[in-house]
Formats: sequence, structure tokens, C-alpha cells
Amino acid sequence: MDDEQLWAAVAEPGRRRVLDALVALGEATPTVLAREVPFTRQAVSKHLAVLLEAGVVAQRRDGREVRYTVRPERLEAAVRAMSAAAARWDARLQAIKRLAEAER
Amino acid sequence: MPAPIETSVHIDAPVEVVWRTVSEPDQVVRWFADEIDLRATPGYEGSMTFHPDAGGTVLVPITVETVEPPRRFTYRWGHPAGTAADPGNSTLVEFTLTPEDGGTRLRVVETGHDDLGWPRDQQDAYVDDHNDGWTTHLGRLEQLLARRSADATR
Repeated sequence: MDDEQLWAAVAEPGRRRVLDALVALGEATPTVLAREVPFTRQAVSKHLAVLLEAGVVAQRRDGREVRYTVRPERLEAAVRAMSAAAARWDARLQAIKRLAEAER
Repeated sequence: MPAPIETSVHIDAPVEVVWRTVSEPDQVVRWFADEIDLRATPGYEGSMTFHPDAGGTVLVPITVETVEPPRRFTYRWGHPAGTAADPGNSTLVEFTLTPEDGGTRLRVVETGHDDLGWPRDQQDAYVDDHNDGWTTHLGRLEQLLARRSADATR
């Protein structure tokens, strides 16, 4: 998975909330996470599936439950991808500024 | 609205000039893509073409959503070629132009995929209500990562 896909997975606002709650809890089931965010357990599970696909979280089975944790090295990569995307926009805005001010 | 990527710049030019720089194809090629197929018309499906230094050609589909000259211009991009852009397969880029000190404040926000397909305004309301900003989240995540690596080396 490339950086663009990684950041798109993490940059969705609802998913970011789920990720943030998971960071705070350390390890959690979708049911426990759903108490921390204003989503249904089903919606939380869908977000987790996307994060799992992106490799940002890992899951393990514990009896009848599935528990999720954050994978710090992948989260770090996602944060870096976000910063790179933000830096690209900063550079583009500077270019727009130069062009618009020259035309004035 | 706090968002995953949100940045802005003050430009010493009127909003009408900035609007043209942001939305007119012959201007957009000067700061963004190497080639562009774009029309500032809601629903217009075009593309941006990049020629990376590493070689090759990257074509990115773009679908215009909102055109409110000279204040607001939004489009989706990154959806697979040949498919319609929707909140589940593309990211949303929003430009907002506001008069400021005789010039313009140009703000850009880019938001990631929403695989749940919520209505956009519902999402925005949710984010407004509950979000203290991606910067704060980033800060917390970075602190966590620093703590974890400190623990690991202990």
C-alpha cells in the first residue's frame, strides 16, 4: 500500500476518531471502542476493517472476541504521509500566491 | 472546520484574481499538474496529468463538485479511472477564498475517503461537534509514538 492510500485511510474524520480512541485505550474490542465514539459498533467495525487493510491496526482473536491494537510503525508512516501531503499543499499555495500577486 | 489537512495563505491580490488562479486550466497548470483537463462546472469529469522526475506519467481523475465564484471551489480526486467519484473512493479538496486586509485569504482543506458513505453535511456536523483538530490528534499520536519508542529502548 502506498502513502496516498495510507493517508486516505487515516485522513477520514470518523476513522481518525476511532484511531484516536484506540490509541488512548491501547487494546480494545469494537464494542468497547463504540462506547468512546458516537458511532454504532457496526460503524466502528467498518472503520477498523479499513484501518486493518491499511495495516495501521492489528487484530487478535481472544475467545469469542476480536481485539484491536495500533501498529505504531504504520501509524508513524501514516503521520509522515499526512505531513508530506500538507507540505505539498503549502508549496502549491505559495505558487498560487506568487502567480496571483504577479498578475495583480 | 478542523480537518486532516488544512492550510491557508494570505495573498496580496483580490479574490477574483485568486479565483482565476485556482480554477482556470491555463492557470492551474502553472502551479499544480503538468497537464490538466478541467472546467469550473459542477459535475465536470476531467483529469490531471503529472510527469514525475523519476519518469513515467501519472494520470489522476478529478470530478468538480462545487463552483461558487469567487468564494468556493471543491473537487474530488484520486478515484479509479472510469468510475464515478464518491465519498468512498476519492478524497475531497475544498478551496475557500475570503477577502482579508485588501487581499485574499486562500484556505485549502483535503479530507480522506469515507468508506461508510455518510452524507457530507452529517460528517461535517459531526466533525464540528467532536473534533478538536487534526493537529491536536497528530500531537497526541506523536507523543504516544515517542513514549512507545522510549519504552522499547528502556
